[in-house]
Order: sequence, then C-alpha cells, then structure tokens
Amino acid sequence: MALSKQNGFGPADPKRRRALKEMAMYAAGTAGVAAAITGFAAQSRSLPAETLRPPGALPEPDFQSACVRCGLCVRACPYDTLKLAEFGDGPAIGTPYFIARQVPCEMCDDIPCVKACPTGALDHALTNIEKARMGEASLVGRDACLNMLGLRCDVCYRVCPVIDEAITLQITHNARTNKHAIFEPVVHPDACTGCGKCEKSCVLEVAAIRVLPKKLTKGEIGDHYRLGWEEKNKAGKELVPDVIDLPDRLPSTTPDVAPPELSTIPGLGKSGAGQ
Amino acid sequence: MSVKRNPGLEARQQLGWFKANKWLLARRATQLGFFLLFATGPLLGIWIAKGTLASSMTFDVLPLTDPLVLLQSLLAGFQPESLALIGAGIVLGAYLLIGGRVYCSWVCPINPVTDLAAWTRRKLDIKKGWNIKPKTRLWVLGAILLASVLTGTIAFELINPITTLYRGLLFGLTWGLVTILLIFLFDVFVTRNGWCGHICPVGAFYGLVNTTGLLRVSARGRHRCDDCMDCYAVCPEMHVIAPALNGTGRDETPIITNIDCTACGRCIDVCPERVFNFTHRFDQRLDPPPAPKPLAARGDLVKAA
Ligand code: SF4
Ligand code: SF4
Ligand code: SF4
Ligand code: SF4
Ligand code: SF4
Repeated sequence: MALSKQNGFGPADPKRRRALKEMAMYAAGTAGVAAAITGFAAQSRSLPAETLRPPGALPEPDFQSACVRCGLCVRACPYDTLKLAEFGDGPAIGTPYFIARQVPCEMCDDIPCVKACPTGALDHALTNIEKARMGEASLVGRDACLNMLGLRCDVCYRVCPVIDEAITLQITHNARTNKHAIFEPVVHPDACTGCGKCEKSCVLEVAAIRVLPKKLTKGEIGDHYRLGWEEKNKAGKELVPDVIDLPDRLPSTTPDVAPPELSTIPGLGKSGAGQ
Repeated sequence: MSVKRNPGLEARQQLGWFKANKWLLARRATQLGFFLLFATGPLLGIWIAKGTLASSMTFDVLPLTDPLVLLQSLLAGFQPESLALIGAGIVLGAYLLIGGRVYCSWVCPINPVTDLAAWTRRKLDIKKGWNIKPKTRLWVLGAILLASVLTGTIAFELINPITTLYRGLLFGLTWGLVTILLIFLFDVFVTRNGWCGHICPVGAFYGLVNTTGLLRVSARGRHRCDDCMDCYAVCPEMHVIAPALNGTGRDETPIITNIDCTACGRCIDVCPERVFNFTHRFDQRLDPPPAPKPLAARGDLVKAA
C-alpha cells in the first residue's frame, strides 16, 4: 500500500482513484446520453400512415442513416409538395415528407428532388418516375366511395398519371338496383407509384382512396410457402407423378336450380312478402 | 477568477466604441452574411445557397456538407453519394486550413445566442455555476457517434440545435426557437458558456479539427498587459489565454495554440493595451518590452481615461 502510494500507482493513490472515478462517471454519462438518443431515435423510426417520403426514398430505417435533413429536395420541388418535418409532425425531425391529401407529388419527368439530394437518401438510381414507389393507393373507404355506391365518379381513376395501369375500373353487378353496374376503382400495386393524386382528388369529404406507406399495404407469403403451379413450371413436369387428373367441374351456363328470390328468404328482401 | 461586469469599458473609452468592437461587428456581419446566403432565396427569390448548414448547394455548383453529419451517416452504415462526400471534404479542408473553431465564432447561429447569454450573465452578476468540465463535450461527441452506430441513424440531428435553428428560420419551423431558448437559459443560469464551452459535440468536433489552422490569435504585446482581466472576462474559453499571455506555453509562444480557441477576437477588442492581434500560427513575433513607466504617470493615464 505504502509502496503504491509512493510511486503514484495502484488503486490506493487518491489522484489516480479520483481520475478513475471521473473516467467512470464520464463513461457512464456517455452511455446514458447514447441510450437517451437511441431511445429518442427509436420513437421516430416508423412513419405515420398519412405521411409519405419523396420519390426514390430509401426504405425507412436506411433513410434515417442517409438523409442529412438539408432540405435540398424540398427546394427542388416545383410544386411545393415536400415539407421538412417539424417536431411533432411524425416523421423524424427535419426529414422530408408529404401528405397526399394536401399536396400530392406531380411525378416530374426529370425528378428534380432526387437529383438535388446530395447524399442519395433519395436513390439516384431512380430515373423513371413511374418506377417510384412512394406508397400505395388503396380504396380503404370502400363503403363511402361514390363508384361503389353505383354512381359514376371515376375522379381518382381519371387523375391517375398511370391511368389504366395503376388504377382500373372493374365492372361488377350492382346488387342494389339489380340492373346497373358498379365501376369499382381497383389499384394495382405493381404499377401504383404512390403519388397521391387520387387521394388528393377524391371528391368525398374524407377521401375513400388513400395512399399509405408500402409497409402498411404489403402482404407477404411465408418463406416456406410454395406455389404448386410455379414449382411445376420450374420443374418442367408433374411434381407428384401418376396423379389422376379428374376433369374440373366448370359451372354450367344454365343453372340447374334457379337461385332463390331474395324476398323469399325470411328476414331478407322487402318486408312482409308473405303478409 | 473574478469576472468583471463591464469588461471592455476601458477599451471603449480609450479607443472609441467602434474600434473596441471591431471584431465583434465583423463576426456578426459574417454570421448574418452566411445566413443571408441561404435566406435571400426563400425571402426574395434570389437563390445563392440552397439547403441548410447540413448540406447546401451554392450557385448550383458548389456543394458543401457538414462533415460531422456525414461522419454520423457513415457510422450509421450508409454510403453517401459522392456529392455529399465532396461537399464534406471541401468543408473539412477549409476548416483544417483556417482553423476548426472559426466555425463556432464566425458561422454558427448559436454563437450570438450564447454570447448574449454570457453578456446577460455578466450584467446579472451571476458568479458561480454548476462546474462541468470542458472536456465533457468530447464525451458527448463520443456518445453521439456511438448512438449513430447503435441506432443506424444520424443521431445528433434528432436534437442538433444548430441545424434545427437554421432549418427553422429557413423553412418556417418553430421548434428550433424552443431549443435556442433552452440553451440561453442553460448558459445564463446553469453554467457560464455552458453549451458551447462544455456540451456541444459540434464544437468538440471542430476543436479536434482546430490543430492545423492558420488563423490564430497572438498575445504579441503581452509586455503591455496590466492584468485588467478584461480578456478573461469575455473569452468563451478563458483557459486558452493564460499560456500565451503569461508566456508559459511551449517555447513561450505568444500564439494561442489551445484547440478550444474559437478565434472570436473578442480579447483583441476589449484589451485597452492592445495586447492581442490576429495572425498566422507561425508568427512568433513579440513586441519589445516598453521602457518602464514611472508609477505616477500610469496613475494619470488611468484617471484621464
Ligand atoms: S417528383 Fe416532382 S412533384 Fe414529386 S416530389 Fe419530386 S419534385 Fe416534387
Ligand atoms: S435532399 Fe436528400 S438529404 Fe437532403 S433532406 Fe432531401 S432526402 Fe434528405
Ligand atoms: S397513388 Fe393513385 S394516382 Fe398515384 S399512381 Fe397510385 S393510383 Fe395512380
Ligand atoms: S374519387 Fe373517391 S369517390 Fe370518386 S371513385 Fe375515386 S375513391 Fe370513389
Ligand atoms: S460550440 Fe457548438 S453551438 Fe457553440 S458555436 Fe460552436 S458549433 Fe455552435
């Protein structure tokens, strides 16, 4: 003990002990600050459903390692679509986003926002704006959509910059009138850019068609799942040989039994059919 | 160390207000100038520099990127486009050449805020404060770099008051102003030069970049120093002055070599004896010691002032 004191080494040396203590305090503080920021960062990891990233934006976790929050994309956008997030807006503070219902992306041919991005947070590999996937439109408010009610609104369909590819009108039977058609707006995820024009233009008080971040719209089949017909094509032959293939029973054009009238089913159709 | 309530009074009386605030005015003009490069666009439609301090494009040809922000991006596991890398290289090169902490005194928008806080503190005569070590900021710098690795995000940009303020002013966001208020209060009531002198990891980073810069302050006329302590009272990093002023640094150099010096030049302004001047780091010249004055003459001089 005395020796270690003399040569200024060893744990008993008060100077050294103080220095060690201080060091430990700072290290703990550092870890604390790092942990606090880490927690704070975790909070702003996911994007709220109504906010969309600019064209070419990297997927959300990567985007936050890439975007320096400079606002050059915001400045480059001729339509003032993009905004930088304020504290409380939802997206990580300072990062660019837009809200389709307010100002959608006009899908500029030359994509100036992507070109302006110095870091590549907006991926410079995106050169064809129709390849952008900012989100995906979805008719989430089906029951309110005028077309679904049997009217002909079609506005979302007509404004779509990728009309007839990203969005089509699918004709189905109108069960209410029993003689008209319903022109259902159907979005095709493989072509929808998520520009938000449809949501912006929906004539309803609250848009029936909404553009949501891909994360919220995308379904995914489990890894282990195999689709028989694809496997068959890959193999180029029957996967289970010698299975007797029975002929499929196709619906005949003239039904054997007429479907029951709605009014004959109790509790359905016009009230008091039998009274 | 006693801190005067009104440092620079003597200099103002002897040299006039303008001369005794020369570098302060030059700095405010520069800080405003940098801001206007960005602000003429949104305000008047004349676009000089687009973007913010984090990354910008001037006249559509000169890319500039904050090197610390880009370093965090790299640590977060992202490989930026060359434009950002070039921009950060230019900025880093410039500060290596001029002096890293020149950023703090001449560019950073927080500096006027913390200067105002220091002034308020002097006026209110708040003496003691929470004793934080100046090197704390190096640990904070370490913490934000660590957080960048851990979170895979540019961690400090979540809270960085500097870029938040610039962004706020240029893009019309108000949150920046709240952070600024917090820093002001912290500096006034908690610790003298608390934020810039102890906490800010950006200042710490530019301090590390401050080892090669050419622009330095020299206590060339240190023989004239009459120990009025005005320079210590105004210096945001007062520990940097003593070695140069007392000749206790390496080779008794009159150059302020400490990496914490922000080259604000305030010591030059407030010194009634004109001890300090801006020069380059290799200028070791010293003014010759003056002939010793009779004490009576000195007394007259002070009275006349
Ligand atoms: S593609 Fe055009 S409209 Fe859309 S965000 Fe970019 S610049 Fe703005
Ligand atoms: S230009 Fe790129 S780095 Fe700058 S704010 Fe936009 S996405 Fe982020
Ligand atoms: S978001 Fe709407 S308008 Fe835009 S491409 Fe998709 S369906 Fe069309
Ligand atoms: S604009 Fe709205 S109401 Fe009209 S068809 Fe499209 S989703 Fe339906
Ligand atoms: S220490 Fe930080 S906040 Fe203070 S002037 Fe320097 S960079 Fe700006």
